[in-house]
Amino acid sequence: MHNFTPLPALLGGVLIGLAATLILLFEGKVAGISGILAGVLRPAPGDRAWRPQFLAGLLVGGVLLQLMRPQTFGATSASLGAVAVAGLLVGYGTRLGSGCTSGHGVCGNSRLSVRSMVATVTFILTGAVTVFVARKLLGDAS
Amino acid sequence: MKSAIISFSSGIMFAIGLGIAGMTKPEKVMGFLDFTGQWDASLMFVMVGAIAVSALAYHFVAKKRASPLLVESWHLPTKKDIDRPLLLGAALFGVGWGLGGFCPGPGVVSLATGSLPAVVFVAAMLVGMMGYSATHERTPQDEE
Repeated sequence: MHNFTPLPALLGGVLIGLAATLILLFEGKVAGISGILAGVLRPAPGDRAWRPQFLAGLLVGGVLLQLMRPQTFGATSASLGAVAVAGLLVGYGTRLGSGCTSGHGVCGNSRLSVRSMVATVTFILTGAVTVFVARKLLGDAS
Repeated sequence: MKSAIISFSSGIMFAIGLGIAGMTKPEKVMGFLDFTGQWDASLMFVMVGAIAVSALAYHFVAKKRASPLLVESWHLPTKKDIDRPLLLGAALFGVGWGLGGFCPGPGVVSLATGSLPAVVFVAAMLVGMMGYSATHERTPQDEE
């Protein structure tokens, strides 16, 4: 297996789970990043402030990582054009499908939501097909 | 005030978790999705860790309480149908995820690097979300 790092992965996962638990137990909400971004872009009347506050924490957390452990971040092999298309698909797709890797992949699955399980299997499958096409058929980078 | 501290801390913790987990390395994410090549199973462990903690919190704490700690009622998704928007949306998201190696959280966290791909990814993602909002009604009860 390639670049296999199960322990940091597990530890990082536990932190993500704890963060989602705080939002669940205090705000009674799902800590789904796509939903949080959409809620900040388009607030509904009566929305509480937890979404922008969480987003600020996410940005500050990124700055802390960049200052203390810049090797946390890696480059992508995709071209800027591909990254732009990727962003459009991720933005539109997560709204249409009501969630992303955090909302469905972590929060929904942990509640045993069948919708989230189906969504998770679907995005991992289409993601795998995309990587297969990009790497094997088109010979992109590695 | 308490709410602001909790939400802000949760955001920081989420970002640090993504970083430690390796989710902020697009090539690692693509390695996880590369089942037919040199597969890197690490990201499965991210999900296992995150789901284990959240599932314990949901099933053993949240479900036993009448309400959350700071608000009067639970606001968790209730929708059950496996419909076309769910499948199509998840499928499109997966294609974008495999193409760039970013999902929404790591994209936002990577803005701190100031790297052009991260900025382009997040800007395009916000455009994609606005494109959706412009054509659809918001249905908060379905939100994950």
